[in-house]
Amino acid sequence: MSDLLNALVLLANFLFIPALSYGSQLALGALGVTLVFGILRFANFAHGDLMAFGTMFTILLTWLLQSYGINFGFLPTALLALPFAIIITIIFSLLVDRYVFRFYRLKKSPPVTFAMVSIGVMFITNAIVRIIIGPKDRRFFDGEKFIIKVKEFKNLTGLNEGLAIKSTQVITISITIFLVAILFWFLQRTRTGKSMRAFSDNEDLALLSGINPDKVVIFTWLIVAALATTAGVLYGLDKSFKPFTYFSILLPIFAAAIVGGIGSPIGAVVGGYVIAFSEIMVTYAYKKFFIYLLPESLEPQGLVQLLSTDYKFAVSFSILVIVLLVRPSGIFKGKTL
Amino acid sequence: MSYFFGKNMTGGYGGVDIIKNCTLEVKKGEIVVVIGPNGAGKSTAMKAMLGMLNLKKGIVKFKDKDITMMTPQDRVKLGIAFVPQTKNVFTGMTVEENLEMGAFLRNDNIHQTIDQVYDLFPVLKEKRKQTAGELSGGQRQQVAFGRAMMTMPTLLMLDEPTAGVSPIVMDELFKRIIEVGKTGVAIIMVEQNAKQALSIANRGYVLVNGENRRDGSGQELLNNPDVRKSFLGG
Repeated sequence: MSDLLNALVLLANFLFIPALSYGSQLALGALGVTLVFGILRFANFAHGDLMAFGTMFTILLTWLLQSYGINFGFLPTALLALPFAIIITIIFSLLVDRYVFRFYRLKKSPPVTFAMVSIGVMFITNAIVRIIIGPKDRRFFDGEKFIIKVKEFKNLTGLNEGLAIKSTQVITISITIFLVAILFWFLQRTRTGKSMRAFSDNEDLALLSGINPDKVVIFTWLIVAALATTAGVLYGLDKSFKPFTYFSILLPIFAAAIVGGIGSPIGAVVGGYVIAFSEIMVTYAYKKFFIYLLPESLEPQGLVQLLSTDYKFAVSFSILVIVLLVRPSGIFKGKTL
Repeated sequence: MSYFFGKNMTGGYGGVDIIKNCTLEVKKGEIVVVIGPNGAGKSTAMKAMLGMLNLKKGIVKFKDKDITMMTPQDRVKLGIAFVPQTKNVFTGMTVEENLEMGAFLRNDNIHQTIDQVYDLFPVLKEKRKQTAGELSGGQRQQVAFGRAMMTMPTLLMLDEPTAGVSPIVMDELFKRIIEVGKTGVAIIMVEQNAKQALSIANRGYVLVNGENRRDGSGQELLNNPDVRKSFLGG
């Protein structure tokens, strides 16, 4: 019995909880990609770097707050800085839209052109981030690190295996639930939210119904910038902030959006968790887990790891390919909000 | 005194003129039907009157106001509603949300108008929580029609409202169109089902190759041997 419990705690500690928080970060990122795709109708490759941009300002503001001796108690100071960084990122996104994307929108350029333009925006944003804060790896987490420590858990339960719950994991999951709930409420219940869905569904008919396209575009960037900054900050708090990581996280985020059905917000959330769980499940070494469960004679010799963690991006890619082969529209039929 | 007219309209997409010197007009409370062979420019003429086409020549007036240069959105604000032939509903949204979006420009209470639409099309009330994409072709046409009614238009433009629906649904739709016409809304529609459409119309136009070929009251056109031979199947 205690072997079974030990095995489950082991999985919870190394697989379930980390995947849940990583999945939440991907879900928030994928939501931004999916909103841009659904409403503005292009694949925004600059999204990862928009996340980096927002996170960078959060870090700078965190340092500023810390230099004044302000902190957020047991919570990370970055959460105090986050709203201000979101505002800066929104302004940045709106400026980029006004001076870059709008030009192509008025010309009614094809989506491929938009995607190429977004790659340009990606490089510029990336450069801005590296110039301002540099390419180095930075940790900006402060406050209480653990909610439950391994030792405490062991003492409490008397089990061999410990369960550690990091505060960043709890923060990530609760903020994600909060934001996703607000976003869905906004899209389903409010007039502006409905007009965004209508615009995404059928642009011509939305125009004929008197929906103002400029307002829809502005609201989209508002939401996307807020989601991107939050996703970036949560990821950075959990791991660390490095501009290059934020560039490469674009792959699992796009995979999540496409797997869920690009353009579908619920799909983006589900896709985020699908990608996170598969990445971690495939690269986790199950040796200890089987030692607990199997009789001694059957104990595994190797690590029982399907793939080395170096290949975790290959996992998102493979899932992407499989989904595109089996169900090209994604788990939830994509295309509209 | 005309309520809404487009006079000597010439234009098309790209370089080719699809409509040439085409003139259509609707009077208040009238139902006007535009018929003609495929490719005659019927839909294009409608789009020209809605402002979805750049006219090289001609003038469009609504309530004595020159609206030739107005965008379609601004014309909608004046009280002109348009039901496109295809893609005329928000497929991913519920029936009720479709109606709400139709009333997007209004700031007053829209529930009364929604109830009126439900009275007109009782089946929509039943299905109000379903997404429009799940409905049958005829029901979708009703949603599209209802969405346009939500702006409380004084002029309704319909592009083939009965395209692709069964004869029973078609009769039903025409009945509703008459009902709406009786409330004082001017209606101009393009129709393939020429015989039925002309029989409910006050006036009709026959377009051929983008030009006016003939016009007259619905009955006149129905009785005209040429029109009978060409468009009504003898």
